[in-house]
Amino acid sequence: MAKRGAPPEVNAGSMADIAFLLLIFFLVTTTIETDRGINRKLPPIEEIQDPPPIKEKNIFMVMVNRNNQLLVEDQLMDLKDLRAAAVKFLDNNGDGSCAHCKGEKNPESSDNPEKAVISLQNDSETSYKTYIAVQNELVAAYYELRDKVCLQKYNKTYRELEAKYDDPRTKEAERLRLEPLVKEIQAMYPQKLSEAEPKRN
Amino acid sequence: MSIFKKKKKGDLPAISTASLPDIVFMLLFFFMVATVMRDTELLVQNSLPKADQVTKLDKKDRVMFIYIGKPHERYQQRYGTGDMIQLNDKPASSQDIQEFVRKERAARNPELEKVLTAALKVDRDSKMGLVGEVKQELRKIQQYKVNYTTVVGSALDQ
Repeated sequence: MAKRGAPPEVNAGSMADIAFLLLIFFLVTTTIETDRGINRKLPPIEEIQDPPPIKEKNIFMVMVNRNNQLLVEDQLMDLKDLRAAAVKFLDNNGDGSCAHCKGEKNPESSDNPEKAVISLQNDSETSYKTYIAVQNELVAAYYELRDKVCLQKYNKTYRELEAKYDDPRTKEAERLRLEPLVKEIQAMYPQKLSEAEPKRN
Repeated sequence: MSIFKKKKKGDLPAISTASLPDIVFMLLFFFMVATVMRDTELLVQNSLPKADQVTKLDKKDRVMFIYIGKPHERYQQRYGTGDMIQLNDKPASSQDIQEFVRKERAARNPELEKVLTAALKVDRDSKMGLVGEVKQELRKIQQYKVNYTTVVGSALDQ
């Protein structure tokens, strides 16, 4: 009778092959998800009867033409200068009513952040990446100002505050505590970014 | 016969492949965790633009996806080379958007309807004309929350 020793070892040589097969299956059938983007809110469609008058100096005109060139306040501008220009416009504080602004108080530019409106107009031939880049820079300008004022007041950037507030893992009590803070900072620099309907040609 | 068994000088020992399965399993787990199953086949080219002021999208049950881009090379004979909208896995025109939004809303819980976001996955070389049309249609059906899906990177160097 054969002696019973330890059970024979299972040959694991083909383990690698099986694992490779699975790996290749997952590589082919899945994608790495892109789940980030710029959140925007579209305006309602109904036409406002006699819109409130806005002074020319309170509007920051950004136009993008079919060749993806920027015309900001009737001047040709590079994309990389847009953020600084927008910050300068929003933070200008022409009438001195905004206590937290540090602008130049140029009477030719916006009165206060409350009144300042950024108007964006693009051509129907504008490419999407330019549009996104412009949106990105303008949103960044708002974030920059909010971050600055928030850092001063609460020793935290607005971005951190907002991320905490939006995070579904944040506790309800914490969220209620953060809500007035987020609203307050938003009210200091309200995001007034209006988009004109694209020009037809 | 011992002449055959004698090892030659300078013969390298075989490399052990015992840890190969471990390495492959590690890769496998990485891909399983980091990726998701593809649920719609893309008919359009979809390389997203870059931006850095981004926020994370909501959970998947609160998002509907609208794809815009040029048709993929193998579909160009059928659909031409102009920009095209894709809803679910079918090509569509901007008139179909309202119906699509209505269907997506009906498929969700009523309390999720208000927080539903339309994620626009638009190719970076698309023209704004079609995107503008889509935005108009979304406004008509009161779908105001949109997200321009991008990849993270500097917007200035695309």
